[in-house]
Amino acid sequence: MIVADRKPVPEILEMVSNDQNILLLGCKGCVTVCNTGGLKEVQVLASTLKIARKKEGNPLKIKEEVLERQCDPEYIEEIRDSYDNYDAIISMACGVGPQFLSEAYPDQRVLPAVNTTFFGGAVRHGVWEERCAGCGTCGIHHFGGLCPIARCSKSLLHGPCGGSANGSCEIAKDVECIWDMIVRKKMEQGRLDDLQQIRSAKDWLTARDGGPRRSIREELTE
Amino acid sequence: MADSFDPKIVAFCCKYCAYAAGDLAGSMRLSYPTNIRIIQVPCTGRVDIIHLLRAIEDGADGVYVAGCLEGECHFLTGNLKTKKKVTFVRQTLEEIGIEPERVQMFNLSSAMGPRFAEIATEMTAKISKLGPNVVEARKAA
Repeated sequence: MIVADRKPVPEILEMVSNDQNILLLGCKGCVTVCNTGGLKEVQVLASTLKIARKKEGNPLKIKEEVLERQCDPEYIEEIRDSYDNYDAIISMACGVGPQFLSEAYPDQRVLPAVNTTFFGGAVRHGVWEERCAGCGTCGIHHFGGLCPIARCSKSLLHGPCGGSANGSCEIAKDVECIWDMIVRKKMEQGRLDDLQQIRSAKDWLTARDGGPRRSIREELTE
Repeated sequence: MADSFDPKIVAFCCKYCAYAAGDLAGSMRLSYPTNIRIIQVPCTGRVDIIHLLRAIEDGADGVYVAGCLEGECHFLTGNLKTKKKVTFVRQTLEEIGIEPERVQMFNLSSAMGPRFAEIATEMTAKISKLGPNVVEARKAA
């Protein structure tokens, strides 16, 4: 899923400092799963903003809503009749949500309430870690099912660097060296030779280097 | 102002400990301030971040959660989970410039009637010293 962290409250307050009436819009997709922008988080942020503004003697009216997803136009359409009742819309979805809203409602201000961070998963309750860099050409089968692009600090493709020590990366002891894990796994499987194969250079055009990406599935298009 | 200030304090009390301790305090005819509004919960684990925030938002001068002693939760870890929620709420209030001391967590057992009265007194004294919740004060002004 896409993982995000909520922005600090003062930053959000600053964005709406001149507004009196806003729509706070959550998303039932990834940000609900990573406990950043679902129903509960919408309620908590709304209450926090209201307390802060009451304190200033400048109360803020907030309508709380949660859309099924903010990355599909049909759900964005659900607020077509009401979107302009507000001074601004704060989206608690990942970076996709506020953009879909901005595109659908060009005359409205749409503000992000979260910092979208990475593609990852929950390694334990309350802790999420990056697992995918979205490079567009998955090659984790070459590396024992572990991704050195997302998980090596330098995205190295040919083995660990000199900064690998006792399984940890040199940037921090709590960051594991993914190359240490890859090599150990290959050794345990008796397949260390796999890493000696010569492969052609990775085509980074499928990653961000090729510009904004688009995925077209002809069988689904209308 | 300080003399006339009569704080409103919401207390979320676990049925297995604090609420029973409150009963015991009553049976023992202990007196404690009348500022406390008790809400019984089946376990402090039931208390959520939003309950604490809404209490402050709606003008409570203080809120506290009273649960079982650590390690003695009837549901094993409800009190420990809520301890973290209370910490979160305190940090959130601090972030927006409201005294975090308005939200507290206490732990006691059902046999601690006098401690229940002591907590109520302690909290009332602390909140009286802090003064009214600015959110409510603004509304009244």
